[in-house]
Amino acid sequence: MMHLSKLFGVSLLCVAMIGCASGGGSSDEAATTEPAVEDAQTQAVPASPDVNVVTEEQEQVAVVANPLLDQTLVYFAYDRAEIRPEFKDVLNAHGEFLRANPAARMVLAGHCDERGTVEYNLALGERRAETVKRYLIVQGVNPRQLETVSFGEERPAMLGSSQSSWSKNRRTEIKYQAR
Amino acid sequence: MSLRYWCLAFILFSAFTRAELTIEITQGVASAIPIAVVPMRWQGQPLPEDVAEIIRNDLERSGHFAALAPDDMLSHPTSEADVYFRDWRLLKQDYLVVASIKAATKGQYQVRYQLFDVFNERELLAQTLSANKHQLRDVAHRISDAIYEQLTGIRGAFSTKIAYVTTNRTRSRFNLAIADSDGAREKVVLSSKYSIFSPSWSPDGKRLAYVLLEDSGSKVYVQDIATGDKQLVSAHKGINSAPAFSPDGNKLALVLSKDGNPEIYVVDLNTRHWLRVTNHYAIDTEPNWMPDGDHLLFTSGRSGNPQIYRVSLVSGFIERITFDGSYNARPRLAQDGRFLVMVHQSAKGEPFHIASMDLTRGLLQILTADTFLDESPSVSPNGVMVMYAAKYNKRSILAAVSVDGDVRFLVPSQSGDVREPAWGPYLD
Repeated sequence: MMHLSKLFGVSLLCVAMIGCASGGGSSDEAATTEPAVEDAQTQAVPASPDVNVVTEEQEQVAVVANPLLDQTLVYFAYDRAEIRPEFKDVLNAHGEFLRANPAARMVLAGHCDERGTVEYNLALGERRAETVKRYLIVQGVNPRQLETVSFGEERPAMLGSSQSSWSKNRRTEIKYQAR
Repeated sequence: MSLRYWCLAFILFSAFTRAELTIEITQGVASAIPIAVVPMRWQGQPLPEDVAEIIRNDLERSGHFAALAPDDMLSHPTSEADVYFRDWRLLKQDYLVVASIKAATKGQYQVRYQLFDVFNERELLAQTLSANKHQLRDVAHRISDAIYEQLTGIRGAFSTKIAYVTTNRTRSRFNLAIADSDGAREKVVLSSKYSIFSPSWSPDGKRLAYVLLEDSGSKVYVQDIATGDKQLVSAHKGINSAPAFSPDGNKLALVLSKDGNPEIYVVDLNTRHWLRVTNHYAIDTEPNWMPDGDHLLFTSGRSGNPQIYRVSLVSGFIERITFDGSYNARPRLAQDGRFLVMVHQSAKGEPFHIASMDLTRGLLQILTADTFLDESPSVSPNGVMVMYAAKYNKRSILAAVSVDGDVRFLVPSQSGDVREPAWGPYLD
């Protein structure tokens, strides 16, 4: 696949940087003082649904500090739990990070949109968390670093019954418990 | 008499707790039976409940009756001696209910009523019931039950309770509540910052099982309604969800994903013996007991999309039940297993509605139309009505539809969203 070698270098850089910041122990995204990282953070949480398509520009920023690690949302198609190709770079970056930091612990929380039954969605949310977990394990991450939880349709990121809010709600949220 | 009720709103009231839910009938049957329930005469302090009005509302809500407004009556008789059947025939009424209420000893009331066949000028039913002021609403529902059964041949379910979950708009507070089947006398039995869902009644109506979605994941609890005692039943790794009491009340079917994948289990609540029922890599969820206690219906994604299956707890044999549509889930049975009621989507992109399937003929009928994202169907214990949750005017509300699709009503809340209805069992 794409830019693995580049990514590897990038993530090493990132590991070094986050290593400096990890003393804070905040569960929020690493609050480093590096301006470059802040820059990357603002790019990591844009408003458009197509956020996660990594553009050329972003890749250039990534050379400075891997912004992919600040992307903590993986979105899914309706009633599906397969990982879409555009999220593989992000997950590869997290995988690298976890491999390089065996003490790091990650919680993967699966979510659904409101369509379909509450219980089926609870199960589907778990699948979305589990496929991310399995993907990371395939990348060589130790399963003991990964935990999953499903919140089904109960904790929407966006309220409202529109395609745009639904697409934001079908997600797995990546959270580091320890970095 | 042809009647179609479009947005005819009744305000149901109670002197003790204001009803949170109100009912709007959106569709009744064309052949609704005309019935006159005469206001009761009472001299003394104003009564906390208008028993005759509660009966009228109950009968109207069933969709099978058209209750005459008291203002349209020519007289208000309170005993047989005052009844002029010719007047009621003139008003095209098939049936007449006259009743009287009087004070008995120590805050007790005595309610006596008679049901008449107007055409044949014949008494069909007469009963005397006593109650204190807090029980007057129960008495009204009991009378509605008796009249409904006398005239339709089907046991009435007006005296039963419903459980449901209310939540504020920001979803920061969840209340599990129970109320009369008409939404009156709401009582919150659990309030939590965590999402509560899938309430399930024990067959004796004394306990509720439900899921609490805590930060660490979903857990199943069983709560005694009278004492409020809450017992953790299942907190395995992964999902603990979709509890359903067995017909004898001793077991709970539920979903666990401790094996890495959602599977159906049955736990004996007395011995805590766990039995794994399904074993498939697809999603298996929403178990519901068949009346025999030997089979479960459940939703499974094993064919690629959610469909309903039946499993024998004796042999383990699994059979697919639904084939029509792209999404069939949350199975419930009505009328001793003759009808299967479910959430149905006919094809991808189509709306989610409640459908019923006649299991003897295999015919599927979509029951709902006015609402959006219909889910969580729950059947009244007499198998006549289905209460469900839906989106309506951007709110989550409860709504109901008859299993034959002829009667529909909405139960909007006065504040916030209402979800996850569960119709309780008969209480006697």
